[in-house]
Amino acid sequence: MDDQKKLAIIATKGTLDWAYPPFILASTAAALGYETQIFFTFYGLQMLRKDLSGLKVSPLGNPGMPMKMPFGPKWFKEINWNIPNAVQAFVPGYESVATALMKQTIKNNGVASIPELRELCQEAEVKFIACQMTVELFGFEHSDFIDGVEYGGAATFFEFAGETDICLYI
Amino acid sequence: MNFDKELDARGLNCPLPILRCKKSLNEMTSGLILKVVSTDPGSVKDFAAFAKQTGNELLSSAEAGGEYTFFIKKK
Repeated sequence: MDDQKKLAIIATKGTLDWAYPPFILASTAAALGYETQIFFTFYGLQMLRKDLSGLKVSPLGNPGMPMKMPFGPKWFKEINWNIPNAVQAFVPGYESVATALMKQTIKNNGVASIPELRELCQEAEVKFIACQMTVELFGFEHSDFIDGVEYGGAATFFEFAGETDICLYI
Repeated sequence: MNFDKELDARGLNCPLPILRCKKSLNEMTSGLILKVVSTDPGSVKDFAAFAKQTGNELLSSAEAGGEYTFFIKKK
C-alpha cells in the first residue's frame, strides 16, 4: 500500500516520563493506519529492556514537574510539595520514592503503564530498531532487550525516515 | 441506537480508548456498529479524529453525566 502514511520516531530519553510520548504516539499512529517505526538510541535503549523497572522519574532539577501526592484527602492531594533541589539530591532513595508516587498517580488516572503501551505497539506491528552503536557503547547485549527488536545504524533509520510523512525526535 | 458490539472504556485515559476501539473494530466485519462508552473528556475530539482518519463512520457522539458514548460503523 503506497498511499499508507508513515511515522518515524527517534527515542533518545531513558526516563519513565519520557518513555510515554514515543509509545503513545506510535501506538496511536498504528491504530490510525500509519506504518510506524521507532529508532531507539542512547538512553532511549532503556525502553527496550526486558526489565523496565529501571525507568525512573526525577523531580530533581526539573521545575516543570509538580510534586503531588496520589493518596489522601483532596486538600492533601492538592498540595504542591516544593522540595529544594539540594534536599532532593541529598536524601538517599528520593528518586525511587518520586518514581513510586508517579506510578501510583499514573494508575489512579487510568493511564497505561509503559510495559502495556510497549506491548500494544508490538501488537500493532510498530517496528522497533535499536541503534547498534549505542548498544555496544553502553555495554548492552542483545539478550538484554525484548524479542522482535531489529538492530541497525543511522543509514537504516534514514531508509525508512526518508519515506515518512511525519518524523519526530523525542 | 442498535449496535453489534459494546466496548467499555470507562476509567481509561488517552490513548487507551482509541487503541481498544481499534482492536474491537478489527474483530468486526464491515458495516457492523460498535458502541463505545468512555469517561475521558479528550475522547470526544479523539474519536472524531479517529473516524476521519480511518474512514470508520462516527454515527453519533453524545455526553451524559460525565460519560461519553460513541457509535462507530466499521468501514
